[in-house]
Amino acid sequence: MGSFVPNTPSQQEEMLQKLGCASWKDLYRDVPREVLLEDGPELPPGMGEQQALARMEELAEKNKVFPHIFRGAGAYAHYIPAIVGRVVKKESFLTAYTPYQAEISQGVLQAIFEYQTMICELTGMEVSNASVYDGATAAAEAAAMCADRRRSRVLLSEGLPPQVIETVRTYCFGSGLPVETVPLAEGVTDNEALQKALGPDVACFVMAQPNYYGQIEPAEELGRLTHEAGAKYVMSCNPISLGLMPTPAQCGADVAVGEGQPLGMPLSWGGPYLGYMAATGAMMRKLPGRIVGETKDSKGERAFVLTLQAREQHIRREKAGSNICSNEALCALTVSVYLAAQGPEGLRQTALQCCSKAHYLQKVLEEAGLQPVYEGEFFHEFLTRAPRRQALLKRLEEEGYLGGLPVGEDMLLWCATEKNTKAEMDRLAQLVKEVLA
Amino acid sequence: MNFPSELQYSKSHEWVRRQGNTAEIGLTDYAQSELGGIVFVNLPQVGDEVTMGEALGDVESVKSVSDVYSPVTGVVSEVNEALLDTPEAINQDPYGAWLVRVERISETEELLTAEEYQEHIRTEQ
Repeated sequence: MGSFVPNTPSQQEEMLQKLGCASWKDLYRDVPREVLLEDGPELPPGMGEQQALARMEELAEKNKVFPHIFRGAGAYAHYIPAIVGRVVKKESFLTAYTPYQAEISQGVLQAIFEYQTMICELTGMEVSNASVYDGATAAAEAAAMCADRRRSRVLLSEGLPPQVIETVRTYCFGSGLPVETVPLAEGVTDNEALQKALGPDVACFVMAQPNYYGQIEPAEELGRLTHEAGAKYVMSCNPISLGLMPTPAQCGADVAVGEGQPLGMPLSWGGPYLGYMAATGAMMRKLPGRIVGETKDSKGERAFVLTLQAREQHIRREKAGSNICSNEALCALTVSVYLAAQGPEGLRQTALQCCSKAHYLQKVLEEAGLQPVYEGEFFHEFLTRAPRRQALLKRLEEEGYLGGLPVGEDMLLWCATEKNTKAEMDRLAQLVKEVLA
Repeated sequence: MNFPSELQYSKSHEWVRRQGNTAEIGLTDYAQSELGGIVFVNLPQVGDEVTMGEALGDVESVKSVSDVYSPVTGVVSEVNEALLDTPEAINQDPYGAWLVRVERISETEELLTAEEYQEHIRTEQ
């Protein structure tokens, strides 16, 4: 915060004089009296730095931070290489707001262009935007991209995280798009139910890969069925899993979205995270949000610009597909640094570790008495039965272990990442055995 | 600026070429010069119903997006797909680069002659 300088009282006086105002209250003369706080908001007196820090630490103490995390369900504990923090915390990146006089900020635009390029490489898609707020809104925006005059019904797999389904419903309610969910069978999207639901009025089918319960869906098959019905196919993929799995492009996705948090962002109690959105060339003009383009300046040198802006609401106004006019610039930078530090091989290794550790975890938990719910293949999450669920989680918590997420009446959704060790997992299984004994 | 006398014109700067019960619709020379270089056209699909006075699509230049209004009520019979690849044809040849052809016309708005349209532009400015 070294560069933050507030206005001094004499500067404020000068500004008020220039404006022809006697006091700052004059600036609020257009606000109706009944909603005006006559003497400003009720705030306690300011604190000095030492006092403020002590107060914040006191509040922070109320949080429980688990050293051993075995829960995912939308936000994942991955190792963040040290270089990510070093680059991202540079003041010129950390304090800059998302650029509006964009072309002045060539460095930021280039960083975003690199991010977009990497997202295209990761997903196999032809074009990416500069990011949106999170995976849930990305899915909602993708559904809006696919709707047109004739096709407005949105189909969502029940394998999508509940928070994503809820967010898509909220967005579609606003745009008047009917939403239907497609149930699962044996832990993955029910093929037959999907076929029944598809029709000439369906805009798109949105699914998650892997899905919320960790299961790997038959993505190519689902894409084929969707296209046969003339609808668009939207895949929401865990980006770490893309280090191992076929890309959305390979599965026939028209739009690829997902939660980017695993790519270098800490858990941070839910945010800030990042939604990535990538599409086929044919859908490029429907992509919402900012897009950075590469061009040549008047001297023939490479330059970066915000491009295809006629899509956006400040030009297209009420006809725009979306009202977003921002991105998660700092988080997008985080993703770029994380992926650059990892490289394709590093990401593949990370994905392999997540997958193999999760399979080991499932094995030792089963031996300890927690039966897996589904038989299908999974990436790094899986559902088990959990007798004495509450007692189990409590015992784990005592030892600093965050167990799986409670799901339904008697199940737990477990997760393992490259951060978990064999010793941790063996200890976890031991604790489970003790509780169930 | 060019205003072919055999065409009819709308106040919202579209031209109409009638051929029996089909109408060919495009943008006037004035419209294309005001819009600047056109980079993209958003056209309806064959079979879509269009309504007199309502937008049938839009046209994108580098800095703006403008609705194209239908002067007639009917059904789209043909769409000029070539414009999807070369939208600049509208700038180069506004009266040759038709956007849509509409058939089964049930209503037409009051259209202007070439002279009346020129006068309309003069008063608008």
